[in-house]
Amino acid sequence: MRLSYPTNVKIVKVPCTGRVDILLILRAFESGVDGVYLAGCLEGECHFLRGNLRAKKRVQYVKGLLEEVGLGSGRLEMYNMSSAQGQRFAEVAREMTEKIRVLGPSPVKRRGDRSKVKG
Amino acid sequence: MIVANRKSLEEILTMLKPYKKVLLLGCNECVTVCAVGGEREVGVLASELRLARAKEGEEIEVREQTLERQCDHEYIDQVRPFVGDYEVILSMACGAGVQYVAEKYRSKVVLPAVNTTFLGVTLEQGVWLERCQGCGECVLHMTGGICPVARCAKSLLNGPCGGSSNGKCEVDKELDCGWQLIIDRLKELDQLDRYEEIIPVKDWTPARDGGPRKRIREDLRL
Repeated sequence: MRLSYPTNVKIVKVPCTGRVDILLILRAFESGVDGVYLAGCLEGECHFLRGNLRAKKRVQYVKGLLEEVGLGSGRLEMYNMSSAQGQRFAEVAREMTEKIRVLGPSPVKRRGDRSKVKG
Repeated sequence: MIVANRKSLEEILTMLKPYKKVLLLGCNECVTVCAVGGEREVGVLASELRLARAKEGEEIEVREQTLERQCDHEYIDQVRPFVGDYEVILSMACGAGVQYVAEKYRSKVVLPAVNTTFLGVTLEQGVWLERCQGCGECVLHMTGGICPVARCAKSLLNGPCGGSSNGKCEVDKELDCGWQLIIDRLKELDQLDRYEEIIPVKDWTPARDGGPRKRIREDLRL
């Protein structure tokens, strides 16, 4: 479709959003990212049956953790779309970028200092 | 297994206020099964601590280490080579584990990251229920395998009280009446005559009420 979406969105491909562990999300924030969103299949249409439902629960859980930590639950979202919905993909990228722009950069961002992230 | 709850992040951060170098110790047994202090949860807590401190512009170094158990010397010994590098040990094990680590590393402050609650079982992934109170004198053979001490809110030994209503306990409408469960089960097992056998007044001395307990097997001592 050759639709453009904001360049600040970095895509991490996973076979299913159910693959996303809560630690992956937390470590992403530790490394300084301003926001994270998961783009999974439409509910009821998960290729692996319920992976996107697990992801939804995990996103809810991590939102709670982010509030506790003080980063705010707004920096993490779950979106659902079909892989055929190119338009929606671009729309979501723009929507999330705008949301994060309003929230501002992550308070844990340190310029160029990745040494504190433990593998 | 022993079931516990994670302390709130706020409480843990308050405990860790003076420290910058933390050794976070998980346990691979009970607290792993109830998803509160295993390797995963150690990773999550370490992440939370780093994020919370970074947000305040402060530093923290957290070493993540999960031991097989924290209630046996041999496993706690494994951290000896590097324990000196840390100011404090934050243990995610049950109370027994936290204390054992503290006993072993006497010069170190050892903090508990979880609240130890009960002896229980897994109903389904994510749900754990209390089943045993460690009273020291099991009567399960008399009650069809259901414990009147742990599952009756009043630990009655000879039948339900007046607060048992529609199979539920007056303490909480979601809580099954332990004695209703026992009677139903005895009926199923065709052992209802056991219900008529009076269980005498309980001697609580084998329980915690008799003081901290100890068990020795001489034949195993070297």
